[in-house]
Amino acid sequence: MSAHDKTAAIEAAALRSDRFRFEREADWKRLEAIVARMDKGQLRRLSDEDVQALPVLYRTVASSLSVAREISLDAATLAYLESLVQRAWFVVYGPRSSLGSWLRGFLGGGLSRSVRALWLDVLIALAVMVAGAAAGWLLVAGDPDWYGSLVPGGLADSRVPGASRETLQQTLEAADGSTGLSAFAAYLFSNNAQVSILAFALGFAFGVPTLMLLVQNTAGLGAMLWLFSGQGLLLEFVAWLSVHGTTELFAILLAGASGLHVGRAMAFPGELGVLEATAAAGRRAAQVMTGVVLMLVVAALLEGFARQLVGDSVGRLVIGLFMLALWLAYFLALGRHGEGADK
Amino acid sequence: MNTSVPERLRRSPRDRELITPEGIALPITVASKGARAGALFMDLGFITVLQIVTTITLASIAFGGLAQFFEAGDKAGGIGALEFLFVLWIIAMFLFRNAYFLFFELGPRGATPGKRLAGIRVAARDGGRLSVEMVIARNLLRDIELFLPFVFIASAGEEDAGAAILAGAAWFLIFALFPFWNRDRLRAGDIVAGSWVVEQPKRKLEAAMSATQQQGAESAMPAFRFSDDELDVYGEYELQTLERVLREDRDESLVKVQQTIAGKIGRSDGEGEERAFLDAYYNQLRARLEARMRMGERKADKFA
Repeated sequence: MSAHDKTAAIEAAALRSDRFRFEREADWKRLEAIVARMDKGQLRRLSDEDVQALPVLYRTVASSLSVAREISLDAATLAYLESLVQRAWFVVYGPRSSLGSWLRGFLGGGLSRSVRALWLDVLIALAVMVAGAAAGWLLVAGDPDWYGSLVPGGLADSRVPGASRETLQQTLEAADGSTGLSAFAAYLFSNNAQVSILAFALGFAFGVPTLMLLVQNTAGLGAMLWLFSGQGLLLEFVAWLSVHGTTELFAILLAGASGLHVGRAMAFPGELGVLEATAAAGRRAAQVMTGVVLMLVVAALLEGFARQLVGDSVGRLVIGLFMLALWLAYFLALGRHGEGADK
Repeated sequence: MNTSVPERLRRSPRDRELITPEGIALPITVASKGARAGALFMDLGFITVLQIVTTITLASIAFGGLAQFFEAGDKAGGIGALEFLFVLWIIAMFLFRNAYFLFFELGPRGATPGKRLAGIRVAARDGGRLSVEMVIARNLLRDIELFLPFVFIASAGEEDAGAAILAGAAWFLIFALFPFWNRDRLRAGDIVAGSWVVEQPKRKLEAAMSATQQQGAESAMPAFRFSDDELDVYGEYELQTLERVLREDRDESLVKVQQTIAGKIGRSDGEGEERAFLDAYYNQLRARLEARMRMGERKADKFA
């Protein structure tokens, strides 16, 4: 609408509320055009001016809506404004379109803060995992028949009770060629990531299935520890496991803690409503879960490559402990200054 | 967040009110179960198509490439290439399953292609920003809601397949029926994330009533004047009903409404000029109601 048309329209309008409308219509239309283009995904075709004007226009139109509600009885205009403000609200308060900047904040302290916020759940999950491993050991020590039901068949292959020291030792050797390792690593990652997502998601049932899953997984570990220690290979096995195990078990620990965190918020919401408490816990835990997936990528790489290429126990232990120290330092030290700003 | 939309003005029981951070109450409509189910099926369809296309593409590359390597007598190179493709395939499948929803819901449109086709989108329940964590949380939960029961059924041995199917189906139903058990149709992932799925509004700005009538008024129509007593018969609800009738502009309803109003206020003129009569009545009623509104007096309907 040109300036002349606009003045003419304002003068022609018989009602004050319609004059109010004509004075502001240009802004409304501009916001509508910007929002429509963003809805269609044509972000790149927006000029910088339009992008900068968006939040201002949004507030202008929102205040138009407030005023119109007080002075106008034009249902069509009110409905239009309501829908326009809503659409603009989606865009203005939508997810930050740049995943990159979120990732920077996330890796540069957000993740560490969230992990620290879950300290109690991490401790509980850790206790449960240790208890699970101990239970696995004791069960198998009491009756070796338990081994078959604790350790899934695919993993166990030649590592069964009664296997000779040589057979067991062989499973710990570095493979001679590197063929097949990257495929193995990718498969491990996909599998482990799915398991830890499961551990988190099961927290939804008040955390109980999460704990059961943790116990089940670590009981198998305990059983294998027993098996190798029976042949005097405990240190070698721990070293073999630690290369990726410190990272992977840490990730599973955090996934379990995340699930537990959500479950605990649902069971004991405190002063908030159940829905609000669950949502707040869910958002915090989701950050940790993103970190878990990244840790599992690292674990799969270590498992697929480093472990098969480094053959001696000392080297393996050094890698494993170094990774553990690295993660601990990362989670404990980073992002301290932003504490409290955690939303 | 609670609804204060008057019962009468609600279009559907799914209407809610949302308070933006600026403190403005916005009416918002929770997406229907049908729209959500439709969107989900479309998305699953898209994912399946993507997975099949990727698998076929990688497989054909593998076969074509392998033949080349063997012709050249480079067996190790062939296996290496095959392995690389296999890694690619595993990662692609993982991403399709887990990142498809994330990628699209984190975009500026806040909706997957399926949701867009269904006209719905994800929003934060508290009226604030839809954060990355929310989208991640609601989609991680999708794993146990949707995929887990099928994995469970598929991984069961042959003897206990029946029991596994039963347990898997029960599991699936519990989560699929979740939106039926709460007012805002939240699925488990929405509860954990603090998000909800709402309709995407779309509305055109219609012409201003008082301006469209100006052209009509000039064409030598007799101007109808109504006294305050004649106007005070009706309130805002009737005004907005009249607005709808005028915008629809259907002859028989114009005649009927004109007769009703004329009968109510005891006027016998306006026959044959129903549109002009109603336009004039609408304008004067709105001017009067809006003037009273500015003084802080509101008249909701004819009973008020």
